[in-house]
Amino acid sequence: MISRGRAVVLLAGFLVLAVVPAVAAMLNEPFYLDLFRRIMIFAIAAVSLDLILGYGGMVSFGHAAYLGIGAYAVAVPAFYGIESGLVQWTLAVLASAAAALVIGAVSLRTTGMSFIMITLAFAQMFYYLGISINAWGGDDGMRLARRSRLPALDLADATVFYYVVLAILVGLLWLGHRLVHARFGAVIRASRSNETRMRAIGFSTFRYKLAAFVLAGAVCGLAGALLTNQTDYLTPSYMHWTRSGEIMVMVILGGMGTLVGPVLGAAAYLLLEDVLSAWTVHWQIVLGPLLVLVVLYARRGLYGLLPGSASRDG
Amino acid sequence: MTALLVAEQCLNGLQLGVMLFLMAAGLTLVFGIMNLVNLAHGSLYMVGAYLATAVFNWSGSFLLGVLFALPATLAIGMLVEVIALRRLYERDHLDQVLATFGLILFFNEAVAIVWGRTALFTRVPSALTGHIMVLPGVSYPAYRAVIILVGLAVALVLYVLVSRTRLGMLIRAGASNRTMVAALGVNIRLLYTLVFGFGAALAALGGLMAGPIYNVQPGMGEEILIQVLVVIVIGGIGSIRGALVGAVVVGMVDTLGRAFLKPLLSTTLGPVAAQSAGPALASMLIYLLMAAVLFFRPRGLFPAVRS
Repeated sequence: MISRGRAVVLLAGFLVLAVVPAVAAMLNEPFYLDLFRRIMIFAIAAVSLDLILGYGGMVSFGHAAYLGIGAYAVAVPAFYGIESGLVQWTLAVLASAAAALVIGAVSLRTTGMSFIMITLAFAQMFYYLGISINAWGGDDGMRLARRSRLPALDLADATVFYYVVLAILVGLLWLGHRLVHARFGAVIRASRSNETRMRAIGFSTFRYKLAAFVLAGAVCGLAGALLTNQTDYLTPSYMHWTRSGEIMVMVILGGMGTLVGPVLGAAAYLLLEDVLSAWTVHWQIVLGPLLVLVVLYARRGLYGLLPGSASRDG
Repeated sequence: MTALLVAEQCLNGLQLGVMLFLMAAGLTLVFGIMNLVNLAHGSLYMVGAYLATAVFNWSGSFLLGVLFALPATLAIGMLVEVIALRRLYERDHLDQVLATFGLILFFNEAVAIVWGRTALFTRVPSALTGHIMVLPGVSYPAYRAVIILVGLAVALVLYVLVSRTRLGMLIRAGASNRTMVAALGVNIRLLYTLVFGFGAALAALGGLMAGPIYNVQPGMGEEILIQVLVVIVIGGIGSIRGALVGAVVVGMVDTLGRAFLKPLLSTTLGPVAAQSAGPALASMLIYLLMAAVLFFRPRGLFPAVRS
């Protein structure tokens, strides 16, 4: 159960996200709307990675591949005149799920360092594939002519788009909470702590892990669809391996094996980037050592620092 | 003509291969012995290239650059090990990936602050600008030939060092049972620091030789790092022999793929399809190879023996 202190923090965090558009409008700073929408989109990607990384112990170093696939699934149909968001987003989810199915089926045969490397290798393949397709912008990428058209919702309106992303994030957290506390989640977590035992008592852990892997890929694909709408641009650099590293950093920074942790991590990472880059163009020289310090000294991430941190769920 | 081209591209493949080996040897030693995934190994390659190039441009002597960059990068490597990485040996791979990712950001930015973001000017040392005859009728740039020779010499020295000397014996012993070696009175921490510094110097050697061929710029380390990771995974993590075989295989496959895949495809698919599919497939080739190797032999071609 979530402790009381933590519930208060969560509720406060949700309220902050809910009033961002009003505050941004009041201050006449639409930039903040943009920044927080970006944070939430990366939060969705980070939560999806945490489902397999934190709960399942599968260190996927190629998660940005699905981000890219989702982005292509929006921008490419748009390029050919198909602007329906329902079509684009369904395609994003299905295509990244299919990619995750193939990648997972091969990668999950290995563990440890080999698993890290093989997922990285697959992401690199997609990255180079994206670079080489000149019809879809190649290395430079291409502009998204028009944001996805949703029934009754106009994504070109920054506030509407913001609440769509917020609704998706909240829905994902709720579903994720149900999932990790369901039998499926229990099997995934148990496979992480002792896979041999799970197999001995009769679970096909491979199938469960593969299902989780595909689910995570599909959710991250949706984040990619949102991301390309956010930036109005498609570029293969969404799939660059440093992007996979960043998403992983968000998960660890926030606290892996929790649902709220990755959201905090995404917020902390992107806000830090924003603050530091306003202060100096060489912001990464501060961020880099900071990451090392977090790994060395704050092993449970930001979420572990919140009150009532004895509990691991969220 | 085609035979000449193939011979030249094979030499280029070998040259890329030995370059990858210089990186892979250090990385695989560090992984095999300290059980550390060091993504920042590419940063040491970059630091080596920058230091050598800066001294070369300042003094006009390439050799002076080499003599400065190797010990300097060795010292930087040992410093990084003592300050940060030493604490990560007992941690899981995830923590190591993250911390060394942080180090990459740091080093890239540090280099950009000192030398700027644009590529640093450099050139092939004037003594090695010519071509040499490697076979009757086959001429090859002298500089690249020297790289191949240096790389092969390093491989030989490493082999002797690891399998024939007392230090090498300690290194191998430390890899198979750290606690036992420490119990026998060996200063294992110092040994680890030395091995790490040595790996850093090898990376610097690769970087400073790569400088005149590729660009010297921030981020140059990551491009090769990913290829090196492919090498050590194919070769078998922790095995020097695997690193050598993997490096040559990856160097060859990558170079020959880029050179010949497009013409080869255009005979079967037609020129238009080959124009787009060729380069894409060529850059994906080594990753396909790695996925295939891992699928059939999850521990690589030459798995290191671990207790």
